[in-house]
Amino acid sequence: MALRELSSLEKYLGLKKPNKYSTQGDKKVPVLQNNNGPPMLGLATIACHLAKEAKRPELLGDTAESRAVVQQWLEYRVTKLDSCTKEDIKFILKDLNLYLQDKVYLAGNRFTVADTLMYYGIHPLIVDLAIQEKEQYVNVTRWFDHIQHYPGVRHHLPPVVVLKNRIYTSRHH
Amino acid sequence: MELFVSEGNPHCLKVLAALEVTGVQCSVQYVNHEERVVPFLSRPTLPALLLPTGLHLFSSNAICRYLFEVSGQECSEFCNQWLEWEATDLQPALLQALYMAVLQGKGSEVSTVLQGPLKFLDQSLSKGGMPYLTGVQYPHVQQFYLSVFSEHKSVNGWFDRVASIHSCLSAAQKVLQGKGLQGMKSYMQRQPAPQSSQGRNTQPCNCNPIEVSARLSEGKRNILVTSALPYVNNVPHLGNIIGCVLSADVFSRYGRLRGWNLLFVCGTDEYGTATENKAREEGLTPQLICDKYHAVHSSIYKWFQIDFDFFGRTTTEKQTEIAQDIFWRLHKNGFLVEDTVEQLRCEQCQRFLADRFVEGICPHCKYPEARGDQCDKCGRLINAVELREPQCKVCRQTPVIRSSKHLFLDLPKLETQLEQWLEKSTSTGDWTTNAKQITRSWLRDGLKPRCITRDLLWGTPVPHPDFKEKVFYVWFDAPIGYLSITANYTDEWEKWWKNPHQVELYNFMAKDNVPFHSVVFPCSLLGAQDNYTLVSHLVATEYLNYEDTKFSKSRGVGVFGDMAKDTGIPADVWRFYLLYVRPEGQDSAFSWADMALKNNSELLNNLGNFINRAGMFVTKFFEGCVPVMELQQEDKKLLALVGWELQQYIQLMDKVKIRDALKHILNISRHGNQYIQVNEPWKNIKGGDTERQRAGTVTGVSVNIACLLSVMLMPYMPEVSQTIRNQLNAPQSCVSTMLQGNGTFVCSLCAGHRIGTVSPLFQKLEADQIEALKKRFGGQQVFDVYDA
Repeated sequence: MALRELSSLEKYLGLKKPNKYSTQGDKKVPVLQNNNGPPMLGLATIACHLAKEAKRPELLGDTAESRAVVQQWLEYRVTKLDSCTKEDIKFILKDLNLYLQDKVYLAGNRFTVADTLMYYGIHPLIVDLAIQEKEQYVNVTRWFDHIQHYPGVRHHLPPVVVLKNRIYTSRHH
Repeated sequence: MELFVSEGNPHCLKVLAALEVTGVQCSVQYVNHEERVVPFLSRPTLPALLLPTGLHLFSSNAICRYLFEVSGQECSEFCNQWLEWEATDLQPALLQALYMAVLQGKGSEVSTVLQGPLKFLDQSLSKGGMPYLTGVQYPHVQQFYLSVFSEHKSVNGWFDRVASIHSCLSAAQKVLQGKGLQGMKSYMQRQPAPQSSQGRNTQPCNCNPIEVSARLSEGKRNILVTSALPYVNNVPHLGNIIGCVLSADVFSRYGRLRGWNLLFVCGTDEYGTATENKAREEGLTPQLICDKYHAVHSSIYKWFQIDFDFFGRTTTEKQTEIAQDIFWRLHKNGFLVEDTVEQLRCEQCQRFLADRFVEGICPHCKYPEARGDQCDKCGRLINAVELREPQCKVCRQTPVIRSSKHLFLDLPKLETQLEQWLEKSTSTGDWTTNAKQITRSWLRDGLKPRCITRDLLWGTPVPHPDFKEKVFYVWFDAPIGYLSITANYTDEWEKWWKNPHQVELYNFMAKDNVPFHSVVFPCSLLGAQDNYTLVSHLVATEYLNYEDTKFSKSRGVGVFGDMAKDTGIPADVWRFYLLYVRPEGQDSAFSWADMALKNNSELLNNLGNFINRAGMFVTKFFEGCVPVMELQQEDKKLLALVGWELQQYIQLMDKVKIRDALKHILNISRHGNQYIQVNEPWKNIKGGDTERQRAGTVTGVSVNIACLLSVMLMPYMPEVSQTIRNQLNAPQSCVSTMLQGNGTFVCSLCAGHRIGTVSPLFQKLEADQIEALKKRFGGQQVFDVYDA
C-alpha cells in the first residue's frame, strides 16, 4: 500500500525517474534504495525526501509553525491512523472534524504532503462511511473531497462520491 | 507560547529537555493528566504546545522539531527517519513495556517486548560509530526508562551520554519526581491498555483496574500498612481522617522514602445493616449504594492526597472466598460453637431486628424510648428481648421472639494462644500505649464466645448448610477485608498475609477499633492455623473533637467529607494542621482559630519564610545560582544541629511518633531563620569580598537546608514538598538519599547549581475568613446529599 502511495506521490511531484523501493519487516515499512548512501526508511521520511528532491519545499510547510504541523500530521498518519481499531475510528473522525472546522488544508493555508498522506491514509475509512456519517463529519468530508479532486493527487485510489446536497436534515454537528 | 505538561508522563521528558537545550522562551504549565488542552482532541493529550498563532501541537516529536527549528537547528533527513522510527516502533513498544512494568509488576518480562527496537537501535549505533544518533536532536529519542533494561552495550553507552546531559537530567526530575518508574503510575493508569497485552478487568471501584504483583524484598524491610476500613455509608469527618488514613499515609510515605518495601492498602467496609437500611430508604440496591458512596470516599481521600497502593472494597468475590476459607478452618479446628439465640423478629417487615431497630420500655428505669442494646436514660446495657412493649422502629408492629441458631467464635479456647502472641507482639512492636491498655482490660474482663453470624441479607454468606440464610457478622468479616483487598490488588497477597517472619504489619485505627484488631481478629487468624501475618505494630489514636464539642453530621457540626475542599484552604495545609494536633496520648480538638494561628505562625512565618528567603537571596544576589560556600565554625555548628534534628526526626518517625517528628522539621526552619537573621546576608552582599563570601555561604547553606526540609516534609505535605524542589530545581537523587540509615544531611545543591523560580509557598489565613468558616460549620447547616 505504502509503495503505491509513494509512486502516486512521485507522479504528483512530476519526478521523471521513479525510485527503487522495497519493504522491510512485517509492517512492510517502505525503504528507498539510495545510490549514494544508506537506504532511507519510513513513509513520512521518504515522502519528505521526495518533496525536497522535486524542489518543492513549500509542500513541507512554509513557516516554522506550519512545518511542525505538517510533521505532526504525517506522524499521526503513520501512528494513529495506520494502526487504528474500529473503536478508534469514531474518535479520529470526530477530532479531525473539529480540527478542520476552520481550515481548508491541514497545515497553514496551502496544500502540503500532510494533506496527501492523510488523504491516502484515511481513504479506506471514508469509503466505508454511510451518507449520514459523511454528513455528520461534514468538515472531514469537505476536506477529503477537496483533496481527492486536487490535480494530480488521487492516482491509485478510487474516488469517493460526496453529495453536494444534504439528505439528512441537519442536526448540529 | 505555552507548553503544557503533566507529571509522570513519559512523553513530556523529550519536550522539557528540548526546551532546555534550545533555550527557547516558553512558559511551562503543569496540568493533570485528564486536562484537555488541545480543543479538537476528544482524549486528553499531553504534552501540548500552544503556538503564538493560536494553533496547538499535540505530537511530542513535532513540538521538539519546532523548538529546534525556532532556535536555528533544522532537522536533517537522517533525523526525520529516527523520529519516524521512534513514533512508529519504539514508542508503542515502550508504552507496552511501561504498562507491564509499572502497572502489572512484570518488570522482568519487558525484555521480550523491547527486544526488537533495542536491537535495531544497537545495530545502528554500532554501525554509525557516532556518539549521538543525529548530532543535535538526541533528546528526541529520549528513553530514560530504558535504564532498567540493560543488555545492549552500544545502547547503554549512548544512553549514558544522553542521560547525563543537564537538560535531560532536569527533565527527568521534573517528570518523574524522583520516583523512577513508579512516578509514571498515575499517568499509565489513565491510558488504554496497549493492544497486544491481556488486560484483566478486576472490580468496579474508583481506581482503574490494575493488577500488580507487589514483590517481597529480600534485603529490605517488608512493611504492610493498613488503615481501618471506613464504613462506606458514613461520610468521613476530620477526626476519622486523622485517626486512620492520614496517619497511615504519612507513615507510608515516610517508609517509602526510607527505602522500605511498603504496601499500603485500605478500602470501604460495605456489608452490614446500615447499608441495607439506606438502600431501602433510597430505593436502590445495597450494591448501588456502596458503589455510590465508595466513590465519595475515594474522591475525598484523593483530595487529601492519600497515596494508597490500593483503595478497594469488601464486597468482592475474593472476600467471600477468603472469609469462607477462614470460617471452614475455624470449624475444622474446633473453634466454633453453636448456640441458639433469642431475637426479636418483625413479622411485618419479615426480618430479624437489629438491636437499634427495637424500641420499648426499659425494664430497669421504665424509660419509654429505650433502644434494644442500651437504655439512653439509665445507661444500662440490656438485651432487646428484655424490653417491655417492644416495637419495630420501622413499622411500629410488635415483634415476636424467635429462636435462631448462630455460630460463636470460641475466644476462651484461643485465649492461651492469643496471650502468648500478644506478649511477644506488644513487647517487641511499636504498639501505642492506649492500644496495649485497652487490650489488657479486655483480657482482664475475661473473654467470652462472640457471635459471628447474623440474620441479614447483605453480607458474606455463611457456607455451612445449617446456617444457609445467614451472613457473617460484620466485625468478623470486615478485618478479613484487609486480606481480600490485597488479594484484589495482587496475586501475591499470600506472600504478605501468610508470612509473619518476613512481613511486619502496621494497623492504623482510632481507639474504638482496638479490641477487634488485637483480640477478635487475631483469634480468628490463630484459630484458622494458616500461618497468617498478625499485627506487629498497632497504632491507635484518641478522639479528635470539633471546637468544644463533637463532630455530628445530623446536627451539622464539624467539617465532613469534601467540605474541606470548598473552604479554599489547600489539602496540604489541612494535612499539616490535622497532623499537628493528632490525638496521640489524649483527645485533642480541631479549632479554626488554632488552625489559622498555626498556619500563619508555623507555615507562613517560620517554614515558608525561611525557604522563601533562602531562595530569594539566591535569585536576587547571586543571579539564580547557588554561590560558593566556605564553611566557618558557626556554619558547621548549624549543620551539626540540623543533622541532629534530622536524626531525631528519623528516630521518632520510625516509631510512628508523627506529631513529635513534625516539631523537628519546624525546629530546623526556626534555626535557619535565626541563622539568616544573625548573619544578615542582605547587608553583607553590599560589602567587600569577605562580606560577600559570607553572604554567599549563608545563602548556600540556607538553600541546602531548604532542600532537606522539602524531603522531611514529603510525608506530611507532599505537594508543598515537591513545589519546593521544583522551585529549587533540586535533583531527584536528594529525595532518596537523605532519609536512609540514620539520616545524613548532604549538600544536594552545589555551588553553581541553577535554581528555578521562587515564590511564596503559603497564604495567610485572615481572621474574618476563619470566622466565616467557623460559623459555617458550627451547626446551622442544611442537610446535604450525604445525609444518613
